[in-house]
Amino acid sequence: MSRTLKFNIFRFNPEDPNSVPHTDTFTLEETPSLTLFIALNKIREEQDPSLIFDFACRMAICGSCGMIINGRPGLACKTLTSELPTEITLMPLPVFKLVGDLSVDTGTWFRETNTKIESWIHNDQDFDAQAIEERMENDLANAIFELERCIECGCCVASCGTANMRPDFVGAFALNRIARFIMDPRDQRTNSEYFEVVGNDQGVFGCMGLLACEDVCPREIPLQDQLGILRRKMAFQGLKNLFKPKVTGRERRF
Amino acid sequence: MEHETFYTDLLCVGAGLAGERVAIEAAAAGFDAILLSLVPARRSHSCAAEGGMQAALGNCAMGEGDSPDVHFADTVKGSDWGCDQECARIFADTAPIAVREAAHWGMPWNRVVAGKAKYWKGGEEFEAEEKKEKHGLITARAFGGTAKWRTCYTADGTGHTLLYTLDNKITSLGVHVHDRVEAISLIHDGENCMGCVARDLKTGKLRVYLAKATLIATGGYGRLYSETTNTVINEGGGHIIALDTGLVPFGNPEAVQFHPTGVVPTNILVTEGCRGDGGTLLDVDEKRFMDKYEPAKAELASRDVVSRWMMYHIAQGKGVPSPYGDHLWLDIRHLGEKHITTKLREVYDLCRHFLGVNPITQLIPVRPAQHYSMGGVRTNSDGAAYGLKGLFSAGESSCWDMHGFNRLGGNSLAETIVAGRHVGIKVAEFLKGAEVTFKTELATQALAADAERIERLVRGADGNENVYAIKDAMQQVMMDKVGIFRNGDDLQAAVDTLREIYAKALKIGLKSNGIGANPELALALKMPGMVRLAICVAYGAQMRTESRGCHARDDYPARNDRDWLNRTLAYWTDLEADLPELKYEPSTQVMYLPPGDRGYGKTEIIPMDAPKED
Repeated sequence: MSRTLKFNIFRFNPEDPNSVPHTDTFTLEETPSLTLFIALNKIREEQDPSLIFDFACRMAICGSCGMIINGRPGLACKTLTSELPTEITLMPLPVFKLVGDLSVDTGTWFRETNTKIESWIHNDQDFDAQAIEERMENDLANAIFELERCIECGCCVASCGTANMRPDFVGAFALNRIARFIMDPRDQRTNSEYFEVVGNDQGVFGCMGLLACEDVCPREIPLQDQLGILRRKMAFQGLKNLFKPKVTGRERRF
Repeated sequence: MEHETFYTDLLCVGAGLAGERVAIEAAAAGFDAILLSLVPARRSHSCAAEGGMQAALGNCAMGEGDSPDVHFADTVKGSDWGCDQECARIFADTAPIAVREAAHWGMPWNRVVAGKAKYWKGGEEFEAEEKKEKHGLITARAFGGTAKWRTCYTADGTGHTLLYTLDNKITSLGVHVHDRVEAISLIHDGENCMGCVARDLKTGKLRVYLAKATLIATGGYGRLYSETTNTVINEGGGHIIALDTGLVPFGNPEAVQFHPTGVVPTNILVTEGCRGDGGTLLDVDEKRFMDKYEPAKAELASRDVVSRWMMYHIAQGKGVPSPYGDHLWLDIRHLGEKHITTKLREVYDLCRHFLGVNPITQLIPVRPAQHYSMGGVRTNSDGAAYGLKGLFSAGESSCWDMHGFNRLGGNSLAETIVAGRHVGIKVAEFLKGAEVTFKTELATQALAADAERIERLVRGADGNENVYAIKDAMQQVMMDKVGIFRNGDDLQAAVDTLREIYAKALKIGLKSNGIGANPELALALKMPGMVRLAICVAYGAQMRTESRGCHARDDYPARNDRDWLNRTLAYWTDLEADLPELKYEPSTQVMYLPPGDRGYGKTEIIPMDAPKED
């Protein structure tokens, strides 16, 4: 028998001086295989054309539609209403700047953080168009892909205790990304250089170990394993740094 | 008028793979570049490409003996001789370089593992020996319409990894990405393109971008159809602003590809890699049928051919009934758990999450869905658009035209970075010689015109038509009458209905207030343009009285090289009109490979030199 769904949706349009944060309620008859993607589009097209939310691929590979679904961060496109009670409460992801209603500005946040952690291969060699490619073991390529699968949806950041308290914390996504580069022989950064990027409270040592990031990751990436490995590496590097005179000319911390 | 103005050397409208790859060349040559993107760049539709990209590296056992020559021939045959052979040649020659370059930037391509390897083809297992000397080099898998295994891949997340690799690269180069910004009109003086007017999708504010060179790289126009594998942002925005100039033609609008394996009912794509890796198509009796229709290539004929046979087989009563209509099955069970959870990992995940189907033990319900737009902003082989100097296009949005009337799987992802690389070099050359005077008066006029459009929509000055109802009506007509099989009566009806829809699209009024990131306004601004594109597709198809590649006419089943070895150029010169002006040009200026049999897809061919009938 079909259910009548009640949607409680957070509403606020920061560009509209008359808008105040509140919750609007919409009702919808449930249909077979209904996802939040279909439901929200129906509500917008049939009930309130001003409703702001984000979708792009609608197949869980672009990361656009992260939101808080009944208290838990997740991708709206791959959430079937049949998995939820009849009352569904939708809120925008915290940490990120609100664009309006359920839409947040993940793009700026991730680009800034990726720039901060220098999320790219550091390699001095120029590309030689005439040469064949450097060899790589297939197992290594697969292992890199395993971590590369992150879609920057923001669910891990939204669920993170530290990220919610301090705006400069780079989040599980960034630590996973660094782990991916450490694994990749094409990136010639040393552990000492990685330490400069994430060996601090904004990085690995800021994590409180609440583990929510991995619980909510829609890609099921082993975020905690990566954090653990990275933390040991960086702690060891930190110790080494204690006994090594700095040559960078930067002021020593101890 | 309150607005921001930005100046740059290169403005890329669109920040998917093609836009980013062009920007990399410009930035590497020392030019400033800004990319506009509807969504954060990494959410571009490029990320959804699964199976891989073609490049004739010839490293794996089944790719031995491959070369750009073979890749070129496959591409021309795949296009059903509709392509520009000069572009196909540049493409095939550059693809291996572009793949290796991506590896240099961090792309985790899958690699050759020396020793005996098991393969599946048409449901049967066989063995091949991977050579020791190739161990660790980039490997490849089979895709449809290719003589060799040539599709390089990272599991089935190739587009995702490639997009992140390139986005990392542009971040390191300091290229600026303005995300959630939508171009709504081009600024030009009738000869030179000088940038665009755009709307900030976060705040609703208008912006002016003035640029020495402007690139359109906005992907396809799949959302003209109701059943499509495309992301919701593929609404033809770049095509609309180019066509609206009245000067830039829409090349081959009628060339619209349907992919054989859209999942029923959501139209989410499962990669051609499933069939490439040995998956089979089954009917209601769980029997294979493609081997009967296409004995040589079976499931690995080109997409246009497989899609047609699937629809034909369903019409023969062999479809599987479901609440969403008849469909067929894709069977990958025999590939085994390890293969499915590694090389087809995304397929494994999406089947479980969206269908509740475990492909290791269960069949996947599939049916052809709109997938790719071969048509687009017509450019020359440098990627320079016809009609306006300083305007370029690359990737799916362009009709650079190496795909003609049917694109081979794996050639789209390849085109983004191969054409992107080539066009990027040409754009940098153009920028080196560019002396541009920005006429601010033109920018002010364009801005004022767009501000007025918005004001009228908000006020309901032209009427109160519902934008969503118009979109639905348009998508339904396109699906019902301009789909896989076409005929004169349906196409006439489609054009007639679309003209009625167009009249309504000019009378849209907003129901909401249009303030800020308002999504209704964003759609209303492009809705008349979307209907214009749809009319170009339907009208182009109506006029093309032959069958070529994906354009299959029941009433003209033969490929007619005598009369139709050409490319449609649709111009919307008269903005008061509700039909485009159609012109034609030869498909190719250089003919390396004269028209012949493709080797699959039984079609009658009227040869170039056939005598004219009275």
